[in-house]
Amino acid sequence: MLNKETVLKVAKLARLNISEQEAEEYQTQLAKVLENFQKLTEVKTDGIEPLVTPSPIDFYMRADEVSQTVTAEEIIKCAPDAKGSLYKVPPVV
Amino acid sequence: MDLGKASLRDISTAVKGKAISAKEVTNFFQQRIEKLNKKFNAFVTLNESAQKEAEAVDLKIQKGQDPGFLAGVPVGVKDLFCTKGLRTTAASKILANFVPPYTATCVQRLQDQGAIVLGKTNMDEFAMGSSNETSNFGTCHNPWNTDYVAGGSSGGSAAAVAAGLVPATLGSDTGGSIRQPAAFCGLAGVKPTYGRISRYGMIAFASSLDQAGPMARTVDDCAFLLDAMCGHDAKDSTTSARPWEKLAAQKNLKSYKFKVGLPKEYFEHNIEESVKKAFWDTIENLKKQGVEFVDIQLPHTPYAVPVYYMVATSEASSNLSRYDGIRYGFRAEPPAKDWASLDELYSVTRAQGFGDEVKRRIILGTFALSTGYYDAYYSKASKVRRLIQNDFIEAFKNCDLIMGPVTTSPAFKTSTRINDPIQMYLNDIFTTSINLAGLPAMTVPVGLNSQGLPVGVQIMAPHFAEAAMLSLAQGIEDVSDMKGKVPHGV
Amino acid sequence: MAYSDYEAVIGLEIHAQLFTKSKIFSTASTEFGEGDNSQVTPVCAGMPGTLPVLNKGAVELAIKTGLALHCEINKKSVFSRKQYFYPDLPKGYQISQYDLPICSGGYVEFYLNGKLRKVNLERAHMEEDAGKSTHHGDYTLVNLNRAGVPLLEIVSGPEMRSPEEAAEYSRAVRQILRYIGVCDGNLEEGSMRCDCNVSVRKKGVEKLGTKVELKNINSFKFIEKAIEYEIQRQIDTIEGGEIIVQETRLYDSTKNKTFSMRSKEEAQDYRYFPDPDLLPITLDTAWIESIKKGLPELPLAKSQRFQTDYGLAELDANVLTQEKEMSDYYEEVAKKSGNPKIAANWMMAELMRELKDNKVDVENSPVTASALAELVQLIDKGTISGKMAKQVFAEMWTTKDKPSNLIQKLGLEQITDESAIAKIVDDVIAQNADQVAQYRSGKDKVFGFFVGQVMKISKGQANPDSVNKLLKEKLK
Repeated sequence: MLNKETVLKVAKLARLNISEQEAEEYQTQLAKVLENFQKLTEVKTDGIEPLVTPSPIDFYMRADEVSQTVTAEEIIKCAPDAKGSLYKVPPVV
Repeated sequence: MDLGKASLRDISTAVKGKAISAKEVTNFFQQRIEKLNKKFNAFVTLNESAQKEAEAVDLKIQKGQDPGFLAGVPVGVKDLFCTKGLRTTAASKILANFVPPYTATCVQRLQDQGAIVLGKTNMDEFAMGSSNETSNFGTCHNPWNTDYVAGGSSGGSAAAVAAGLVPATLGSDTGGSIRQPAAFCGLAGVKPTYGRISRYGMIAFASSLDQAGPMARTVDDCAFLLDAMCGHDAKDSTTSARPWEKLAAQKNLKSYKFKVGLPKEYFEHNIEESVKKAFWDTIENLKKQGVEFVDIQLPHTPYAVPVYYMVATSEASSNLSRYDGIRYGFRAEPPAKDWASLDELYSVTRAQGFGDEVKRRIILGTFALSTGYYDAYYSKASKVRRLIQNDFIEAFKNCDLIMGPVTTSPAFKTSTRINDPIQMYLNDIFTTSINLAGLPAMTVPVGLNSQGLPVGVQIMAPHFAEAAMLSLAQGIEDVSDMKGKVPHGV
Repeated sequence: MAYSDYEAVIGLEIHAQLFTKSKIFSTASTEFGEGDNSQVTPVCAGMPGTLPVLNKGAVELAIKTGLALHCEINKKSVFSRKQYFYPDLPKGYQISQYDLPICSGGYVEFYLNGKLRKVNLERAHMEEDAGKSTHHGDYTLVNLNRAGVPLLEIVSGPEMRSPEEAAEYSRAVRQILRYIGVCDGNLEEGSMRCDCNVSVRKKGVEKLGTKVELKNINSFKFIEKAIEYEIQRQIDTIEGGEIIVQETRLYDSTKNKTFSMRSKEEAQDYRYFPDPDLLPITLDTAWIESIKKGLPELPLAKSQRFQTDYGLAELDANVLTQEKEMSDYYEEVAKKSGNPKIAANWMMAELMRELKDNKVDVENSPVTASALAELVQLIDKGTISGKMAKQVFAEMWTTKDKPSNLIQKLGLEQITDESAIAKIVDDVIAQNADQVAQYRSGKDKVFGFFVGQVMKISKGQANPDSVNKLLKEKLK
């Protein structure tokens, strides 16, 4: 179930820096949501195909054609930190 | 022509006929925004190029070129839709400074028909909320009574139209985010079939549920915007290739020749008296016009909200992973001189950049998809989702359309529900199953309750049956008490 | 050390870039060497609201590869999101295929030490490549030009038992990829990447040992070396009383060692789920069939056909079918010249050497297949000797001229006119009375002297058969 430790673990997985107190808060709130979800166990779903795209849409592929509508400059302009046209981030290794 | 109350049809006709210029129309609404926006907090960013764009429309007309069927029509666009060169934030701090180098397809299509984007409208952060109270820009207020919420998540889009700041707006609906604020603000609002309008450039909340749609005072106004936006887009492979039959071109969309289903499960809930009364009064009115009603069953209705929250949060947790402070948007300041690690940059940036509700949902969604829980939560929810859709498919064998309330109550007071997620989530009880099933649905305003707050009804239709839905909506509009009513002081 | 008591179990995951013009989910170009982040659209950068749209060309190449690898092409396959945070992964997830890949099963056959081996495949699935990070000490730079390049990940079963076999398997896969033209298989430039899953177990034990994934291997030689090292390391670890940790290790070719990449406490939880932005790939049989029809003959089948149709030795047939272009060239020479054996010998001896020395691809060879065929014909008919042909070939390489022209220009045409040869033979007999006497007294060895003399006078152009025949007649 969703205890405080799980909340902290999940937050780490989601890269969200949360305090112990926040974890407790989320735990209480989310436990209620999950409790509400428990009533789904009474629904029989054996052999039911999961539904993802909810309306009948035909599979579509685009032709293999190149089109470049923005420049590197326009792309990199959005970045908080860059060096030349490259994204700059703290050291990975 | 009273521009403040004019229809899109009237505005575009006047502009095309040179009775008024697009620039004058733009000026008129810009002045209204300047004067009134503070009171409602409906617009969060204004388009400084609007005048210039209006001039371009006027120039086209002068040259005898076709300016499009929305010539000079001012629109507000939910801050969820990317607009090239115009700040787009999803009402989140994490995108506070984001200026996209591209425009959402649906916005582009409005512009291609001559519409002028006046600015971006307020919303719940990343469309996560039902009251527009999770916005980084603050709460948006209901023009009918500013102590009340405008609804959410497209609260700004609803308030802007209700306050007459703009004749029509673009909203998005993931679990009711167009229909609920439309109901709270006395507007018509359409959530089309999933796949009717391109999602390209619409910031994703839950990809399999999100759908853009129009919000306006009348059904006809909504039809105009739909005509511009619907149809396949090569940039979104989840759009349908089905042709969209132009609705606004039809002079008389109105029809009562329908068999309408009434789902008994919808009335087993605790619905506020004024909502109930408005709904049954409407049914009586429609019966008089010849509409036939049948009782139908949607047995999986009680599961819609939990299924919705599981699916929506799971997809959202994934969709929001891209906000990491690397390529765009907000990056937090390092706590020490330098970041201890890349993960620290991610975690601190995301913790500071996202609001509470968003974080809550990311955590829930991440949990639901994590190893050991996937089958019990996400997978289970996706299967029940199919059963919910099957309910509708079955029901539509016996009726053309379905009607029900939009919400259990009219607009509620600000700050009354924000701290109780469950209470807030249950607010979506009549709207979420539509998104889960991918069906079109809309709100039609039917009147004001004793407190002067608007009440609306909801029409639901089979996949791609928007034409029938709007026809009945037009019929309801014609017999409703709402016509011509505007909030005091606007 | 009890190396011989152990058995290695090896499986390979080969990532092959599918050579499309545009990326798998965006319209950005896949060309390399362009400016930093210049092949990046808002979709590639994972910008808000952008959506992936599947490239039909990538699907076609995936199907083509699947067919060449004898896979079953699934009529329905699904893209899922593989979620993790990394700066060169723009969306925070990689779009890949998880439980429903486009290709299932299949196998690759190749020769290992003269024996035919068959390695079964588990699957082949489509996915997008990540960007490229370069590390500069106190910061890292990210280029997204590569992000979104289409890849096909070909996953073998844990069926290989030796480093050599694994290397040979990957060479065979590379050869097929090149044959069908979906990928150039360049390990160094990364258009093909091999991750090796290695485990060891005591011989006779059925249960698989804990597997270790080796990454960062950029040549076939290193595949062999890295696996070799890893097997030894694992055996040493077990013999030393420790247990193998399931992990990813990087191969360092300069040190010839593998190093642990991440520690176990950072175990990933990828949270795969079907990507709601993309509908399942649905394929119709007609399209698959038409791709199948366009598939070229594959190397192994071609080699076998060359052996039966052209009477080539297995080794020669394998050499000539190594590259599709080479095999096509050979077949043209063989057919046009009418002598497949001479054609094979000439290609393997002369042509391949020149190509290699001059670093020229066979498609760009200055000696065309029809020119070489003509030369083979001239040799076959005895118009020129083998020795002369070498001289002609050298001229053909530099001048690109036809052999018939060159023979005339060089005055190398063989003298086949028997009366002309008879005249030389008569002269030689007349001028060497001593040797004639010796020969006639039974010293057969002197015959060679006469041949030499005739050839010398004719500048080597006299037809050797005629020379022999006439000498024998006249010396009687």
